[in-house]
Amino acid sequence: MENTITQQYIDKDLVIIGGGPAGLAAAAAAKENGIDDIVILERDKYAGGVLRQCIHDGFGLKIFGERLTGPEYAARYEEKIRELNIELKLNSFVLNVTPDKIVQALSPEGMLFYRAKAVILAMGCRERTRASIMLPGTRPAGVYTAGLVQRLINIDGYVPGKEAVILGSGDIGLIMARRLTLEGVNVKAVYELMSYSSGLKRNIVQCLDDYNIPLYLNHTVIEIHGRNRIEGVTVAKVDEKKQPIPGTEEFVKCDLLVLSVGLIPENELSKSAGAALNKVTGGLFVDDNMSTNKEGIFACGNVVHVHDLVDYVTLESVNAGKCAAEYIKNGSANGDIINVVPENGVRYVVPNTVHRDSQKDSVNFMFRTGNVYRDAKIAVYDGDRLIKSIKKKILTPGEMETVKLTADEIKSVKGEIHIGVEA
Amino acid sequence: MYDVFIIGSGVSGGFIALELSKYNLKVALCEKSLEPCGGSSRANSGIVHAGYDPIPGTLKAKLNVRGSELMPEMAKRLNIDLNICGSYVIAFNDADDQKVYELYKRGITNNVADMTVLSGDAVRKAEPNISDKVTSALYARTTGIISPYKLAITSSELATQNGVDFLRGNEVVAMEDMGGYIKVITNKGSYDTQYVVNAAGVYADKIANMLGDNSFGIIPRKGEYLILDKNESGIVNSVIFQVPSDMGKGILVAPTVDGNVLLGPTSHNITDRDDKSTTKPGIAEAVAGAKRSVPTVNERALITMFAGIRAVPSTGDFIIGQSAANSRLFNAAGIESPGLTSSPAIGEYVVKLMAESGVALEKKKQFFMQRPAEKKVCSMPPEEACKLIESNPSYGKIVCRCEKVTEGEIIDAIHRPAGAVTLDGVKMRVRAGMGRCQGGFCTSRVIEILSRELNVPETEIRKQNEGSELLYRVLRDPEAKQ
Repeated sequence: MENTITQQYIDKDLVIIGGGPAGLAAAAAAKENGIDDIVILERDKYAGGVLRQCIHDGFGLKIFGERLTGPEYAARYEEKIRELNIELKLNSFVLNVTPDKIVQALSPEGMLFYRAKAVILAMGCRERTRASIMLPGTRPAGVYTAGLVQRLINIDGYVPGKEAVILGSGDIGLIMARRLTLEGVNVKAVYELMSYSSGLKRNIVQCLDDYNIPLYLNHTVIEIHGRNRIEGVTVAKVDEKKQPIPGTEEFVKCDLLVLSVGLIPENELSKSAGAALNKVTGGLFVDDNMSTNKEGIFACGNVVHVHDLVDYVTLESVNAGKCAAEYIKNGSANGDIINVVPENGVRYVVPNTVHRDSQKDSVNFMFRTGNVYRDAKIAVYDGDRLIKSIKKKILTPGEMETVKLTADEIKSVKGEIHIGVEA
Repeated sequence: MYDVFIIGSGVSGGFIALELSKYNLKVALCEKSLEPCGGSSRANSGIVHAGYDPIPGTLKAKLNVRGSELMPEMAKRLNIDLNICGSYVIAFNDADDQKVYELYKRGITNNVADMTVLSGDAVRKAEPNISDKVTSALYARTTGIISPYKLAITSSELATQNGVDFLRGNEVVAMEDMGGYIKVITNKGSYDTQYVVNAAGVYADKIANMLGDNSFGIIPRKGEYLILDKNESGIVNSVIFQVPSDMGKGILVAPTVDGNVLLGPTSHNITDRDDKSTTKPGIAEAVAGAKRSVPTVNERALITMFAGIRAVPSTGDFIIGQSAANSRLFNAAGIESPGLTSSPAIGEYVVKLMAESGVALEKKKQFFMQRPAEKKVCSMPPEEACKLIESNPSYGKIVCRCEKVTEGEIIDAIHRPAGAVTLDGVKMRVRAGMGRCQGGFCTSRVIEILSRELNVPETEIRKQNEGSELLYRVLRDPEAKQ
């Protein structure tokens, strides 16, 4: 939509879209690096994003060396934002971002148009739905994504069912298995299509094993039953091609189906800004400065790739905030660009490009594998030349991996950086 | 005592109610669901057909052409989107070419304007994503797309605004001819009426039976559909049909008025009239059918699947008119395709038949012709949005992130005549929850708004019908919320 209100742009050095852990950490870092004129636009009535509903603990081990709950972790950054006197605009929903950094937002104050020197995209991710797994059947009440169930219980204060089946063993699914159990819901089982869980090992132990909740690998829900409220699901074992095996179907009675079937980076605004996306992950392409391919538009957190731990989101976002501040002060980083290419079992790598003469001492390359590997190596190559090889007892798609390359190692690269798994 | 008691608030019931609300009559519009449009009108292709398909001389042909004429004006009055986007019926071989030509000739007989038979290349020039295998097509300029549930809901809303009683959650279980009047018994109570209009969709035969009319049967025929993300819009710009068969108009690929892409329907007779489940084979069939027309269809962009039940008449044609078994009963039954297109004409026709058979119609002094426009903040010019938000900040609060629906718009939908009382009611009226996240974000917020505006506990808020309560119990006292 055109801004037909003349002279009503609000000029800002830095507009940050999203007040979750990524946006808050990036804002603080930008401020600490000399940028004063910042606004964070948050669509919800509070900052902190999804952390606000993650009342379990385990957050902050890497950064604070403490086991914090989600709200506690969020509160530390909210406090920092307050101390640093950074403007945080709640109930403000960004409708559009243009490649020339006009940010249009709707808020109870009206339709706002910001004109920014730099923008940081920090919109997070959303949950995949029943449709993304083409799950047929009826359309009754009681079929909810895990994040919605978490919100209903932890924020709104309602228990959404009595007998639950959970499909998908991603972290939120596992966490909700425990949460529902603690609220007296009979969690019958967690079904996982793959031959492994995509959740953290510690969550399988603490959320399922400790409560005797069975996890069925190579199983899926193939049909939803019930006209008004869900009355049950048909589950089946799947073959190697992930197709249900005839004869293994079983009806499981439940009045709640919790879907934990993956997360997708929320990049609708990134598209409007013209930023390039990774087709494999739906996340944004970024360089080592967390800059997208659009000048002055940076990104961090789950819009770039879905993280396993919020601590890594924070670290990545601090980098984005610093680099955005540097850009506002001194313009784009110039010089040679090296491509970073995932191969041999590595699904994606962030960043996708790196500056040869990076001002940083080192760059962390974050990635996930597409499968489970035991006693394998992560190998980093420049053409045929092995730069680095790291032994790993286990690599799983559920856990994010990091390889650090020093400034000297990066400088020495002649071709592209290839990161892959080796036996 | 009602003068007229209409059973069913799909598009037929809605337009009959709207037409009757012009007169000094006491009219009830009775719906077994909690929202208008709980049946066939809720889940179909949403096509305003040009009129080349029905056999000349049938009621279907007559009312299709008349309905298609009336629709633009009706859409304007009801303030809903109608996009006359045109359609192609595509052929893949000689036999299909022949059928395309027959449809063209039939269209001429039915007085359909602006049709052309095009070569395969000419079709691909207009719609580049259509299959290379297409040999010819019938183009009809006047085909349109509309939201079928919005058409039914808004006609019910405007009828209610004009004094019709909307009786929601009332399932008719029996009727009795009391001599001078009819007693209609529902699961909620009993109502006396002079006349009954049977617009009960897939249950129309059962309703007719209650007053001794056994002259027709309804064959429920399921159709499964897929809706694709708005990112896929533009894959086709008009409605792409395949040549019709005995089981219907085949699988289509079409844009929707809201910017999504619609694939389907399948067509299978079923025995359970309420079986609106989607199935794995059904979805596969719809996808394969769609890909036959448009090979680049991306089913991975699926955002939802649904099934609808067609009310196929045993007679082959619409069954409209005074019942031979009971003169107080008027049927509007067997309204399968092109029922949606015909619906404004069905309203007109039923009321004309009622007048002819002696129902006294006296025009009201005041009749609201125009349904007020809905406020859609994100499509307004910014100045106008700012003014509206200044007067009421709830229009500045986005509740549904995918479809960009504000709290103010949802509150409006709840407080309109025959307004929303359920999650699906809000969804069908303002699209909150209809986007790519399918309510993952807004469900809890909409429950909260419904509860507050209707002053009922959140645990009593339903998805659709009684028994579809969304939450089970309170975890803690809501008063203790921060």
